[in-house]
Amino acid sequence: MSWVDRLMPWRKLREQGIMGMNERNAGFTLRYNPRSYYPLVDDKRITKQLALDAGIAVPALYAVIEIEHQLENLRRILADYEDFVVKPAHGSGGEGILVVTGRSNGRYRLSSGLALTEDELAHHISNILSGLYSLGGLPDCALIEYRVDFDPLFDDVSFQGVPDIRTVVFRGVPVMAMIRLPTRVSDGKANLHQGAVGVGIDLATGVTFSGVWREMPVDHHPDTGGTIAGIRIPHWEDILALTALCDDLTGLGYIGVDIVLDRTLGPLMLEMNARPGLSIQIANRRGLLPRLRYLEGLNAIPESIADRVALARSL
Amino acid sequence: MKNLHLKILALLLVLIGVGLCYYKVTRLGLPLLPTEQADVWTLEARIEFKARKDVPVKVQFFIPRQPAGYTVVDENFVSSSYGLTTEDDGVRRSAQWAARSANGYQVLYYRLHLAKDPSTPPPPAEAYPIKLETPDYPELLRPAVTAVIEEARSKSADPLSFGREILLRLNSGVADANVSLLRQDIQSPSEWAKRQIYVLAGANIPARLLHVLQLRDGVKHGELTPWLEIHDGHAWQAVNPQTAELGLPHDAVVWHVGTGPVLSVSGGRFGNAEYSVTRHAQEMTSVAEQRARQMGSRLMEFSLFGLPVQTQNVYRVLLLVPLGAFLIVLLRNVVGFKSFGTFMPILIALAFRETKIWWGLALFSLVVALGLMIRFYLEYLKLLLVPRLAAVLIIVIMLMATVSLLSHKLGVDRGVSVALFPMVILAMTVERMSLVWEESGPWEALQQGVGSLLVASLGYLVMSSSLLGHLVFVFPELLLVVLAATLLLGRYTGYRLTELWRFRSALRE
Repeated sequence: MSWVDRLMPWRKLREQGIMGMNERNAGFTLRYNPRSYYPLVDDKRITKQLALDAGIAVPALYAVIEIEHQLENLRRILADYEDFVVKPAHGSGGEGILVVTGRSNGRYRLSSGLALTEDELAHHISNILSGLYSLGGLPDCALIEYRVDFDPLFDDVSFQGVPDIRTVVFRGVPVMAMIRLPTRVSDGKANLHQGAVGVGIDLATGVTFSGVWREMPVDHHPDTGGTIAGIRIPHWEDILALTALCDDLTGLGYIGVDIVLDRTLGPLMLEMNARPGLSIQIANRRGLLPRLRYLEGLNAIPESIADRVALARSL
Repeated sequence: MKNLHLKILALLLVLIGVGLCYYKVTRLGLPLLPTEQADVWTLEARIEFKARKDVPVKVQFFIPRQPAGYTVVDENFVSSSYGLTTEDDGVRRSAQWAARSANGYQVLYYRLHLAKDPSTPPPPAEAYPIKLETPDYPELLRPAVTAVIEEARSKSADPLSFGREILLRLNSGVADANVSLLRQDIQSPSEWAKRQIYVLAGANIPARLLHVLQLRDGVKHGELTPWLEIHDGHAWQAVNPQTAELGLPHDAVVWHVGTGPVLSVSGGRFGNAEYSVTRHAQEMTSVAEQRARQMGSRLMEFSLFGLPVQTQNVYRVLLLVPLGAFLIVLLRNVVGFKSFGTFMPILIALAFRETKIWWGLALFSLVVALGLMIRFYLEYLKLLLVPRLAAVLIIVIMLMATVSLLSHKLGVDRGVSVALFPMVILAMTVERMSLVWEESGPWEALQQGVGSLLVASLGYLVMSSSLLGHLVFVFPELLLVVLAATLLLGRYTGYRLTELWRFRSALRE
């Protein structure tokens, strides 16, 4: 590193096209994401409905708990399901999500190995209803939905939790993608700042190439020791097409789309984010800006999904 | 250019803000620094006389008019049952007290507060005085006067030097028959000054008598000093009647012009005026404010000084909040600091202003720590969210009351001011910290808590700076500059300082 770079590190970041928080807010989320469309992605129930209408695969919704009173019938509501996920409709960052993997002795077994009594589960849901995990603390509702039986492909490189594929989509074109692998530290959560491993994906081929854990480049998963690079993601073409569709769904120009791979159902869209984070750049060891600027410079974005996917692969 | 509109707006705001501030500093003399103080002189004239029974009383007293080199900060007349009028004829100014009847000794006061101000313009030149007539000197004096004038005439060039030469001659210590003749019947310096004017008239030099009050701190029963003014054809020039030196005495105010008496009382006897002078320091701001009022500046009428004092004190604090908010903008958008909430640290900082920083930090940590412990207990009870928040709020308030009581009993009264803490904010802090504690672990919670306290401490430093406090209160227009900077930062798309660290892996390659 030359002394100029040492003295003015931002010059090098600019050179690499790394996007900062201020630039993302001012140049992309504020400009391309009209505020009035936010509820479409902030409320997972609406997102799910939109996706279903557009024919995008999502985890099935078993039940919605909207009022405290419904908790009295919790046992009956859950009776048909051995395993399920409870999540707040307005949650963010994976907070407030409970993954129930089965039951034993009348208790609900969680993916973390913990067992909850029905009262404890009801208390958690009641917390969700009163807005503990929602943005701005507004009253919320709890969704009970299909537990993704995730593809064993990632068994070697994830610890508990569900690895998901985060794609940043700009003007309907996927621009960058990564897999987020939960670790012991991240407590099954797939957020990089909580300690998950981020793995960059080559948009053209769908093959992972480099990992980052706590801002440090890694080649192996810190808990399982599995090799991170070189994993070929199945249904890659479908995943790209699915994310490209999401833009038309919401009218938001700059979004992050989270997708999980189900063993039998294939790619399922979990949620969308109107303010996708910047860590994807670290995982990909590449700045977002050159790609975003290139797409910004295009007069028209192709209408057809196939053309958009082709465009994404050429980036 | 990028954001041209915004940049022009910001430039405009800065120009207005700095321009107003510049005007206030240079024209109104408002001080930029909070400690500047001005010497304010208080001149007081005490008028005393014995009123005659059943006769209307009229008192005429000459008073200063716009003394050169000084600003009148305040002026007042103390005259309980007297009617008061003031009159200004362009040369002299007088106060007239009148009462239909008065009994016994009467005392009136005239008080004048002056602040030194070199920028006060000198009064405009007066028209050339009426043509002088050479006095008809008595036989006895005429030769002496003529001799003095003739001697002086040969050594002078213009009326001023001529007049001064005459004065020098009249005041020379050398025994001179003519001079001693002219001084013979003189009793007081004032009579001597009048005699000098009398002699100067013989040489066709217009001169007049000044009554000057010298400003010396602590003068109790002072008197006016006679002084002379000689007209040099263009303007009046003050001349020392004893030494013929030019100029007024150092630190002096012209009280009255002319040979007439300063005080005249009709309907009373033994009229006498005494003068006292005191000096004290006063804040420049109040002096400048008075001066602006005198100059008739509309600007100061709309200053915050026009508000009632209590409201002023509120604004002294409130106007600092924008600075705190600006600090938050800097810390969050440029540095990338993380803290609980957006403006909470600033509200904590406001509370620190009351408790002083170290006490504030200690009390804050104490209340939050105790609150957290109780909050964890509440978690065990599995309460619903809103009742739980309310419970935390109630407990926080009770904790604060307890801390205040205990510290008061221990004789540490500083603790009492914890009551001024915004308690809802404390309660929210407790709640938020416990959530972060549960979800991201104690380490993260402590980090964010310490971060909030750090931001609050920085905010405290900014908001307790007496310089900044003075600047925003005296020059509230400077907030336009802060606004401009905030607007510009609103379009700042550069990296945050913490992002340089976050993306360090990209730098390593």
